[in-house]
This record gives sequence, C-alpha cells and structure tokens, in this order.
Amino acid sequence: MVSVCFYFQVHQPFRLRKNYSFFDIGANHFYEDEDANRDICNKVSAKCYIPMNRLLLELVDRFQGRFKVAFSISGIALEQLQRFNPEVVDLFKQLAATGAVEFINETYYHSLAFLFSHADFKKQVHEHKKLIKEMFGQTPTTFRNTELIYNNELARYVEELGYTTILAEGADHVLGWRSPNFVYQPKDCYKLVLLLKNYKLSDDIAFRFSNRGWKEFPLTADKYATWLHAINGNGEIINLFMDYETFGEHQWQDTGIFNFMRALPEKVLAHPDYQFINPREAHLHYTPVAKIDVPHFVSWADIERDLTAWLGNPMQNSASEMVWRLEKDLIKLGDENLLSVWHKLLTSDHYYYMCTKWFSDGDVHKYFNPYDTPFDAYIVFMNVFNDLKETVKQRLKEKRVRTVKSKKA
Amino acid sequence: MKVLMFGWEYPPFLSGGLGTACYGITQGLSNNNVEVKLILPSRRGIVPETKTNIEILGADEIVMTEEFKSMLEKTLSFQKGTEMLSPFLSPYGTQLSGNEFFSRYQNVMAEIAGRDSGTILAFTGNYGRDLMAEVFRYGLIGEYLGTLGDFDVIQAHDWLTILAGIGAKRTSGKPLVIQIHATEYDRSGDNVNGNICNIEKYGMEEADRIIAVSYYTKNLIVEKYDIDPHKVTVIHNAVEKEKQLERLGIRKNLDEKYVLFLGRVTMQKGPDYFIEAANLVLKKLGNVRFVMAGSGDMMPRLVERAASLKITDRFHFTGFLNNRQQVERMYAMSDLYVMPSVSEPFGITAFEAILYDVPIILSKQSGVSEILKGAMKVDFWDVPKLASAIVNLLENEKLAKEMVDSCKNELRDIHWNNAGQKMKNLFHTLLFSNEF
Repeated sequence: MVSVCFYFQVHQPFRLRKNYSFFDIGANHFYEDEDANRDICNKVSAKCYIPMNRLLLELVDRFQGRFKVAFSISGIALEQLQRFNPEVVDLFKQLAATGAVEFINETYYHSLAFLFSHADFKKQVHEHKKLIKEMFGQTPTTFRNTELIYNNELARYVEELGYTTILAEGADHVLGWRSPNFVYQPKDCYKLVLLLKNYKLSDDIAFRFSNRGWKEFPLTADKYATWLHAINGNGEIINLFMDYETFGEHQWQDTGIFNFMRALPEKVLAHPDYQFINPREAHLHYTPVAKIDVPHFVSWADIERDLTAWLGNPMQNSASEMVWRLEKDLIKLGDENLLSVWHKLLTSDHYYYMCTKWFSDGDVHKYFNPYDTPFDAYIVFMNVFNDLKETVKQRLKEKRVRTVKSKKA
Repeated sequence: MKVLMFGWEYPPFLSGGLGTACYGITQGLSNNNVEVKLILPSRRGIVPETKTNIEILGADEIVMTEEFKSMLEKTLSFQKGTEMLSPFLSPYGTQLSGNEFFSRYQNVMAEIAGRDSGTILAFTGNYGRDLMAEVFRYGLIGEYLGTLGDFDVIQAHDWLTILAGIGAKRTSGKPLVIQIHATEYDRSGDNVNGNICNIEKYGMEEADRIIAVSYYTKNLIVEKYDIDPHKVTVIHNAVEKEKQLERLGIRKNLDEKYVLFLGRVTMQKGPDYFIEAANLVLKKLGNVRFVMAGSGDMMPRLVERAASLKITDRFHFTGFLNNRQQVERMYAMSDLYVMPSVSEPFGITAFEAILYDVPIILSKQSGVSEILKGAMKVDFWDVPKLASAIVNLLENEKLAKEMVDSCKNELRDIHWNNAGQKMKNLFHTLLFSNEF
C-alpha cells in the first residue's frame, strides 16, 4: 500500500503596530495592530478557512473516514481565530470529531525557541499540547517544529518528550540520492519516525497550481493522481505538506483549487493500492528504511532550505539575541502577562520580515511582509522590544524594593 | 508702526520667564523699526536702553484726570461692569460665581472713584494674593490708554494682561494681538483655575491674532480653548530646558541622557560618524541613548550597521519626523545635539538646538560653527575625538551649561531680531490686508 499523507499548516502572527515609534517607548505598552490582525483573520477565514474546512468535512464524510488530513495550527493563530472568527474554530472542532483529522503539536508561539532555549522550547510545546487537548480532545503524538526547522538534536529531544512521528523538509542535501517517499528514522533515535516532505509534489499544488507559464498547466485531479500512482512500486508514503492558506488565499478560488481538491480523493482512491493516512499512523504501517543524518538545521523556506530567512543578517541576529537575553529576568519576575507579551515577540514572522535576502527582487518574502522594507520592520520591532525591556527593568526594580521592604518588616 | 504693549514684568525685576521674553521681544521689534510703548504695572525706575524705540510707562504713574474720571463714570453708569465681566458670566465660570466677581469688581471701582487726584491705582506687579484685583485694575488702565489712540496695534502677553489688551481694543478699535507664553493648563496641569481659563479664552476669542511660543502651545490653544488654528501663529521664544520639558509635558527618565542627530540621513550630514561615535560612547557610559531623527538614502546601511554593532537597545531611529511638534519634542528631550556634517553651508538645526537649551557639538566643516564660537567643534572624521567630546559634555553638566549659555548669548540678538521681524510682518498683515 502507498499512503498519501496531507499536512496543512495554519498560522497567523500577532502583527505589531507599524506606527509604533520611538516616541511610544516608555509611554505606550500596546504593541499589537489589532485592526490588521482582525482584518487579516477575517479575510483569510472567508477566503480559505471556512470554505476549505467545509470542503474537508464534506470529503471526510463522503469517503467515510478513508480520506484523512492533518493540521498544525499555531497557538497564536488559534487564539486569534477564537477571538475574531469562532466559526472557524467550530469547524476545526467538527473536523477533529470525525476521527479522520489529526492535530499536530508545535511551539505555541510559532517560534525559533529550539535554537535559543531548550527549556522555553519545552514550555511552548507543552502549552500547545494542552491547547490541542482542550480544543480538539486529542493528545498529539506527532511533532513538527516551526517552518519545519529540523536537525538530529531536535529529533532526539522530541523523542525524549515522547513523540512517535516528526516532520521535516525532504531537502535534496538531506536526502542525497534517496527518495522522500519512504519512512525514515532520525540518526540517534529508536522509536521516532521521520516523514520528509515531497517538495516537488507539494509545491505543484502550493506554488505552481495556477502558474500559466508552467508546462503542466492546467493541473487536473486526474493528472495529479496519475503522478501519485506512478510512485507505486518505488515508494510507500507521499508526504504533501503545505500552508493551509494555499486553498483560497494563495491560490484563489477562481483558479479552481477547491474543485481540484474536491475531485482528488476519489481519483487517488480509485487505485486499489492507495490510501490516505495521518502522520501519527506512519509507524503502524511502515518500518523505517534507513537512518537519516541531519547535523545542520534544515527548514522548508526558500531555495536554501536553511535558517537564513529568519537568522543571519545583523538585524535578525541582534533582534533575536537581545530578545532572548530578557528570558532570565522575565522568569525572575514570573509575571504571566509579560511572559506572554515577550513570547509573542519570539514568533518567527517578526524575523522573517527583517530578511534582506530577497529584498531587491521582491517576491514571496514581500508578499508576506506588511512592512515596506526589512529596515522598517526592524525599527518597529526594536522600538517595541525596547519598551518591553524598560518595563521589565522597571518591574524588577519595584520587586527589589518590595522584597527589601518585606524583609525589613 | 507703533505697538501699545501690555507686559507684567521686565528685567531686572523678574518673577518668571515672561520678563526675559518681553525684553527680547521689545528689543527685536525696536531693531525692526517698530516703536514700542510698553506698559507695566509699575515701572520701578526701569529706564529703557538708549537708542531704542522703546518707551516704558508704569500703570501706577497714570494720574486721575478729568478724562479718566469720565471714562470710569461711563464704565460704571452705562455698562455696569457687565462688559468687563462677560467672561465670568459664561458657563465656564467655575471657581467664583459671577456674583462674587461682580462684587469684587465693584469694590475696585469704588476704591478708584473715591480718589480725587494723584496716583489712581497701586500696583505691586507681583503675583500676590490680590492678583485678580490687580488684573482688573490693569484692565481699566488698558481701557483708558486705548482712548489716547496713539498707536497702531495692541499686543498683550498672557492672561495677566489680557483684560488690559481687550480694554484698549474696545476703546480704540485697534487690532489686538495676544501672545501666549504659557496657558493655565501649562501652569496647573488639569487642576486649572477656571477664572483664569475664562480670561484666556475670552482674550483668545477677542484677539485678532494669537502668537503661540511653540507648536505645542498652539495645539493647546486649538484643543483646549477651541480656537481656529488659522488665527494662531507660532513664533518661538528661547526658553530654559526645565521649563520646556514641563511645558511639553515630557516625563524623562532622569538617569538617562539623550544624544540627538537630527537631519537627513545622507552622506553629507555624516550620520555614519554619529553611529561610530555612539558605539564608542556606549562602551564607556551605560545611561545614554542615541537618537537618529530623520530619513534618507543611507538609512538601510546605518540600520544594519547599528544592528551589527548590537547597540540598537541604546540607539534609536525615529524615521522622518513629520510634524513640528515632534521635532520640538525631540529637541526638548535631548541633552546633547551632534551635527557631524561632512559639508554644511550653514546648519540651522544647531540654532534650533540652542533655542531649546541643548548643548551642541559641531563639525568644523559646518558653516554655523563660524557664528557659534562657544560650541564644541571636531573634525567630522575624527570619531574618537567626537566620542570623547560627547562623554565630556554628558559627564560635565557645568561645562555643558556654560557652553549653552555662551552660544545663547551669541544667538540672542539674532534670535530676537528674527522674532521681531516675524511679529512686524504679522502686524503688517493685520493692518494692511483685507483679511481682517
């Protein structure tokens, strides 16, 4: 049997107020662009989350559970959807109730925490796990790190936390001559299985679907199913990982993306050797064919498939270094509110906006970037950071005064 | 052109900053060939400097003539004080009721009517308990002087002299310009004295034009007193630092010093030398913040430079400041202004900084350094020297103060003549344009 494994990423950052200026430092502690966040959630819900969730419900129902998908929804995306679009959350809950939809664990704040603090990484993963349990009644056993950032060390750490499946990018430099269409095992792991994204087949849907210059345009469900069926005999699992916003947001409804997805399961299942599975089931169906050694971090971003979308230029480096330097003081203060404000500054998007790699070309980075330039993004972020830093400093001072007073008393 | 000006204090007898400003303004007008007849509550022997167009008259020198008496009669008998009292009969009267004011006013009138000759009014010219009564008496003097009509325009400074200004306008029909140095909101925060606010609002409404001493003040006049912004012109006063902060409502962390670069972020202005110097200073001093205010084609490079030096928790970019109020605020917050221009024909921002009592470091390559002899000067390319100059001025407040004072002295005449010129232009428009 060959399995098709869909995983969709749902994420919305808390965007900062673009006009948060130097003059706001010390005077204004409200950082979020509530209007923009609400507008974007409304827009994406209307174009993608609501129609696509309904379509998936319809498909799961029609195939009596033989059609399956998995989601990873960042904690801060769920928080915003609960606040602005509770209807979307209800639909996700209905999907969870079908039993055919898996919810994957990630860092609550969609952060790069593993690179900076294992302790905080663990905290964020637990926070997210708790949320999934509360919202969808599932205890996740699959883990995916922010932007599919992955290496041996992460896999080892995640195995110790008790997970059985982990997801990563099937990058060429990771796989070498090997195919992404098998189940692997991370180098130092014994239980954890590794699913690698088939980026070619994933990107055919996510990026090329509506590209009129592509020689395969237009992509039909028939044609795509033929490509999947061609793997029979030289592969066991086809991992199709993509942003959920692909459906209706990146590929608009008029491109036919919804009709494509509506038709696809039937075409895939027409082949008797094909089934859909969830990532959590992979280890039940397959034994890892080999161990994979990934000493350096890989991700699913850009051509480089490395960390340079979020870290590497001086702005990204100084911003993250300074933000993480606050961790100790925040723990000392123990104020949940401030911790949450700080955690929201760890979200990978803020650093993505500061990326200068593609600035001159203007492409996918620019599409997702609310700022005119990465420099604007950095300035706003640092203004916010400096206000938070001053607040923390102030509060620590107050705390010291209180402690001295109570000792005297 | 001749101005009838109502002041309250004048050097050497000063209680606040108003006297200094008044002195500067009269000098500035005089140097622009405007004659000034300055009225003070009491002259106390002040004699204007010779060779000026300034004449000074104390209100307490005015004697009770038949003319004055009949004017008072008219005020008493025909108007029953209601006109003078109109601001207090408005709904804004909060602290004293209209009746209380009316009786106080009647007392003043009775006191005056009881005298036959000699000095008609006693003025202290201070800010004592009976200030309100003095303000009323001063208003009557204004009415009287208005009847003489030997002037073209009336100018009054702040609420103390507003009633006098209005009185003169009423009896002469000449245009009235009120200059606001500080409003009741500046002096008292939100616990304002309603009567004073009423006088201010009344004056602002009656005035043909208002001069505000800052954009911040203009904003207050428009917002708090509901005045048409087109009626308000900003002409800056030179004001001391502490007053400026208080006036602009800025709360500053006292342990921290701000060093400012303000200008276009382009090669010519030397912003890169500013960053490099900041980096050196921050290695030595922990309580300093650097601010780069402005934008330009070097921004991206400099933002990245500051980021790679890892000083962006102490080095801030404001971007282009798009209104005067922000610029004003920026100067007022700063403890040191640095102009490291590579080439600068003049450099007006250095003047502005001095105006806000901010010590300055100039590059030797700027034109303005020829005029400001007292300012600290370095070669723009000498980063270590620039850094040590910054440390020096931040650590040695006495030195910084001396520097500002000496620059201010060098600038004083230039500044007030400039202000005088602007006022003259304003009077000119008032008198000769159809607009009014």
